[in-house]
Amino acid sequence: MTYHEMMIKPMREEVTRLGVQELRTVAEVDAALAPGEGTVMVFVNSVCGCAAGGARPALSLALQHATKPQHLYTVFAGQDLDATARARSYFADYQPSSPSVAIMRDGEVLHFIHRHMIEGRPPQTLAADLVAAFDKYCAAEGVAKSE
Amino acid sequence: MSGMVFHPGHEELHGVTVVIDGSSGKSWVGRYHERTERGILLHDVSIHDPATALVPREAWLERLRKFGVKVDAKHVVVPEAEAVEVRRLGS
Repeated sequence: MTYHEMMIKPMREEVTRLGVQELRTVAEVDAALAPGEGTVMVFVNSVCGCAAGGARPALSLALQHATKPQHLYTVFAGQDLDATARARSYFADYQPSSPSVAIMRDGEVLHFIHRHMIEGRPPQTLAADLVAAFDKYCAAEGVAKSE
Repeated sequence: MSGMVFHPGHEELHGVTVVIDGSSGKSWVGRYHERTERGILLHDVSIHDPATALVPREAWLERLRKFGVKVDAKHVVVPEAEAVEVRRLGS
C-alpha cells in the first residue's frame, strides 16, 4: 500500500531540501550507486513517524557537519517500491528496514544504521552517530558535491 | 513532518523493535504493535528456538543487531505468560 503523494511530499522535501538527491527509478538508482568515485550515503526514507520522524531531523543536523559523504541520495520505502528494492540490492547483506542509512564506497558498505538503531533516540544523538561515521569514513573524501 | 506519527494513541513501545525472552527459552525479535489479553503482537519477527537454532541466542542477537532483523514470520502473538522480558533491540 502506498500513501497519497500529497501526504508524502513534505517528507520527501524534508530530505531533498538538505541537498540529498532523491532516486525514484531503477535507472536513477543504478546510475547513482554503481561503484564509482567517492563515498555515498543512501538514506532510506519512510512514512513511519515512530522512527522516520526522528531520522529526518537527525539527518538535517548531521549534514551541517563539514565532513560528509561526497554523494547524498535518498529513496522512499513503501512508496517508490522499485527504486527502493534496487537500492537495497546494493546493500543486500543488510536486512531491509526503514528508515535506515547506508554509507558506502565503491560498492562496499562501510556503515549501516538500521531502523532499530533509530527508534526512540533523540535526533541529536542519532546525528552524533552519523557525524562520527562521516568523520571515520569520509574525512579524506571532502564534502558533498552538488548533484 | 518531523516527529509526525500517523498512529497516535498507542503504547510507548508501538513501532519499536523489541526482544522478547520467553519462559520456554524461545526468543522473538520484532516490531511491537500492541499488548492484549492474548499476548504481545509483533510484526516482521525473527524467532530463536534453542531446540533448532544453529547458533546460540547471543550470537543470533548480535547478528540481528549488525545486519538487521531477518523475518521468519510476518506476525506473531507471544502469549502473555511466555513473555518474561520485553526490551528494545537497540538498547
